[in-house]
Amino acid sequence: MADGISAPIEHRYSPYTDNGGTILAIAGEDFCVIAGDTRQSEGYSINTRYAPKVFKMSNNSVLANSGFHADGVTLAKQLDQRIQESTGEWYRHAHEKDMSTPAFAQLLATTLYGKRFFPYYTFSIVGGLDKEGKGCVYGYDPVGSFERYTCRAAGSAQNLIQPFLDSQVGITAVNRAEQLSLVSVIRIVKDAFTSATERDIYTGDFIEMFIITQEGVETQLHPLKRD
Amino acid sequence: MNRQDQLLDGFYRRDTYSPRVQDMYPRDQPSAFAGVDPVAHTQSPIVTGTSVIALKFQGGVMMAADTLASYGSLARFRDVERLHKLTDTAVLGSTGDVSDYQHVQHMMERLMIREDYHNDGHKLAPPHLFEYLRNVMYHRRSKNDPLWNRFVLAGHHNNTSFLGYVDLQGTTYQSDTIATGFGAHLAQPLLRKAVESRGGPQNVTEEDAIKIIEDCMRVLFYRDARSLNKFQRATIATDRLEITEPYSVDTEWAFAESIRGYGV
Repeated sequence: MADGISAPIEHRYSPYTDNGGTILAIAGEDFCVIAGDTRQSEGYSINTRYAPKVFKMSNNSVLANSGFHADGVTLAKQLDQRIQESTGEWYRHAHEKDMSTPAFAQLLATTLYGKRFFPYYTFSIVGGLDKEGKGCVYGYDPVGSFERYTCRAAGSAQNLIQPFLDSQVGITAVNRAEQLSLVSVIRIVKDAFTSATERDIYTGDFIEMFIITQEGVETQLHPLKRD
Repeated sequence: MNRQDQLLDGFYRRDTYSPRVQDMYPRDQPSAFAGVDPVAHTQSPIVTGTSVIALKFQGGVMMAADTLASYGSLARFRDVERLHKLTDTAVLGSTGDVSDYQHVQHMMERLMIREDYHNDGHKLAPPHLFEYLRNVMYHRRSKNDPLWNRFVLAGHHNNTSFLGYVDLQGTTYQSDTIATGFGAHLAQPLLRKAVESRGGPQNVTEEDAIKIIEDCMRVLFYRDARSLNKFQRATIATDRLEITEPYSVDTEWAFAESIRGYGV
C-alpha cells in the first residue's frame, strides 16, 4: 500500500469468514433426524433469515454444514456430483446401486482431507440409515477426522446443545436412543434449537429438519425467534 | 481481536498448516524455495464504490447505487455508473473495487455473446447468471486473488423475482431486501421494516418501493462520508427493465445548525 494512503473498507484479506449457524443430528432405531437453523450471519449483521445449510443428497443421505457458508455450498455440490450416476466416478454405474450412507460418510472424510492444506472451513454432520436400516450420524472436523455418533451438534451453539443431547439421548448407542420414538426426537430437536436461540445470536429464524426413514426423506420447516 | 479473527487465527496461520521448509530439506542443503517469494496476489481495493441497496416489491425488484467512485477518502469520479444491465431481465450492482467491477462487466458481456451464438431460444435467467458469478468469485478467492467486490444481482424472469448477493469470499445469499457496505448497517433495517410491516414484498407497490429506496439513499447520503447525492435506480419488472438517469433527493440540513460535538 502506498505511503499515507489507506484503503477505506478492508484492511486485511482472508479467504475465510464465519457465517455462524447451528446443526444437529440424532440417530434413532430405524430413523434419523438431522436439522439446522437457516440464519446466515457475518459479524453482527444478519445476511438473510433463510439460507439452507442442510442438504439432501441424491442417495438419501443428508449433509449439514456449519462454519464458512461458501465452502459448505461448494462441498455439498461437489459431493452430489460425485455420487450421481452420470458424472465423476460413476458410482451408481459401477455398483448398480446408490451409495450407502456409511460409504458417503467415508467419501466426505476423504474429500475434506483432500484439502488438508487449504481446508474447507466447515463443521459437517451426515445423517442417514446404515445397511441394517438403523439410524446413523457421523460428525467431522474441517480436515476430515470423523466418528459415528448417536447424536451430534455442531456450529455456533454446539456448546449449548451437545450437553443437552448427551443428557436426553445418551452418549452411546446402547443408551436411551434406541428407545426414543420419532415424536420424542423431534421434540428434543425443537427444544434444543429454541433454547440455543435464546442465548446464541447466530442461531435463529427457522429450523429446517430432515427426517430420514426407509420410506424416504421428509422435510419440515419450523419458525424460531427472529431477534 | 474479534471473535471472527480468533476463530480464523487458529485455523489459517500459515505456520500451523504448511509443512515447514526446514522439515523437508536437510539443513546443509539449499532450499529449493530460496530467494522465491510465495505467490501473493491479494491486493486491496483502490477506486471504490459504496453501498448498493435493493428490495423486492409486487411484481418486480428495485435496486439503487450512487455514482461516486472514491480514491480512498477522495471523491475521485462523480459519474461512474455502478448498475449494469446484464440481460433484459437482470441488473448487476457493485460495491468495492471499480476496476474489478469493470472486469466482471466485460466477462459477463462475453458470456452473453457466447450464449447468443447458440441461437437456441434459451436465455440466461437471473439464477443462472448468479450461479456463474458465484463460481467466478469463489474460484478467485480460492486462488487467493479475489475480485474485491460485493455484488447484488436483481432480476425478474417468468413472473419470478430474484435478488441475490455474492462477495469477494464467495459467500452468497438471497433475500427480500439486500444492502451492502454502509447500507448493511443504515439502510437494511429500514428496508426490512418497510417490507415486513406490509406483510411481505407482495404488498409493496412500485410507488412504495421508490419512496423506500429514496428514503434509504437520503439516509446514506447524510451519514456515509463516501456517498454522493446523485444515484441511479433500476427497476426490473415483468416486460420492463429500466435504469434511471442519475438524480438527487431533497435534503434538509437546517437541523445540523444546532448540533455541537456529538449532538447530545
